Amino acid sequence: MPDAHHGEHFPGPIHQPPLVANLEAIQPHDFVHLPHHPKLQHHFDDMAQQIDASTLGMWVFLVTEIMFFGGLFAAYLVYRHASPEGFAEASHHLNVTWGAVNTIVLIVSSLTMALAVRSAQTSAPPKTQVAWIAATMVLGAAFLGVKAIEYTDKFTHHLVPGPNFHWTGKHPQAAEIFYSLYFCMTGLHATHMIIGLGIMTVIGIMAWRRQFDEDYYTPVEIAGLYWHFVDIVWIFLFPLLYLIGGHFTE
Amino acid sequence: MSDGQGHFGHAHIAPASMYYAVFAALIVGTVLTVAAAKVDMGVFNNVVMLLIACTKATLVILFFMHVRWASRLTWVVAMAGFFWLLLLFAVIGDYISRGWVPGTLR
Repeated sequence: MPDAHHGEHFPGPIHQPPLVANLEAIQPHDFVHLPHHPKLQHHFDDMAQQIDASTLGMWVFLVTEIMFFGGLFAAYLVYRHASPEGFAEASHHLNVTWGAVNTIVLIVSSLTMALAVRSAQTSAPPKTQVAWIAATMVLGAAFLGVKAIEYTDKFTHHLVPGPNFHWTGKHPQAAEIFYSLYFCMTGLHATHMIIGLGIMTVIGIMAWRRQFDEDYYTPVEIAGLYWHFVDIVWIFLFPLLYLIGGHFTE
Repeated sequence: MSDGQGHFGHAHIAPASMYYAVFAALIVGTVLTVAAAKVDMGVFNNVVMLLIACTKATLVILFFMHVRWASRLTWVVAMAGFFWLLLLFAVIGDYISRGWVPGTLR
């Protein structure tokens, strides 16, 4: 008697595939295949979970990068503490104008990078996406160009650590350590910039091929995380290398 | 949250004006850093330039890198990286500050 009544409120399984021991007997239509975005990989539930996982993975990588650069900053602190006057003296031979110009260049490139991600998020036409990506790359290349000018200047003035290092100031030993750190830190940073340009080339091609829209923009977002991280490293390198030791005396 | 949201995702899309505002703050920070380096503040020159640098880095992380809208797990992982950096510099701070207080060993 109650069966009929219950049947209305708790309908049993209407169409359920039978439990089968033979896997080959399972037909494709036995499973419901929900429509999903073509870029959704099957081990993710949805697009939101997919981009969250990629973002998390990229941050794990960036944490190792923080450790990587952190070691160099630690070495810098120890040696600067050992010879503050020597570091100040050595720092005065860096060109503050070039350093400041490069800081601005990188900040503008971070803005264009953020807008490149936004253009993908808002399904802007591929031309717009590629334009922001190209702008970011041009600024990145400009940064490296300025760095090349600075490095050339250090080579011609015998400020590259090694047998040809020549220092006329009071602290030649500390100055050589400073320039060792200068080349290690800015060199590692510049290497990251070059790799960044390679990544952005790939991202630019993907954007040109209409790969990104409001539903799928993970690669641009992830490349952006990398680009902004490299910008952050420079935000610290600029004052620590170029601006120490009182530029008020000039 | 309603505008610009795709059919499949739930991403927050910040207005372009926010990016320009953060950009302006970063430029101001850079100008302040260079200006502060020309004023004699003793040890506070270092403090000021590093405070500005940390502020700029925080702005980039929160807004340009979208951590402000990221999952809790991403927050924890990102913060763990900087916490590790803090531990590293705490150890170096210990090394550097030896001998500041009379009676402590170098």
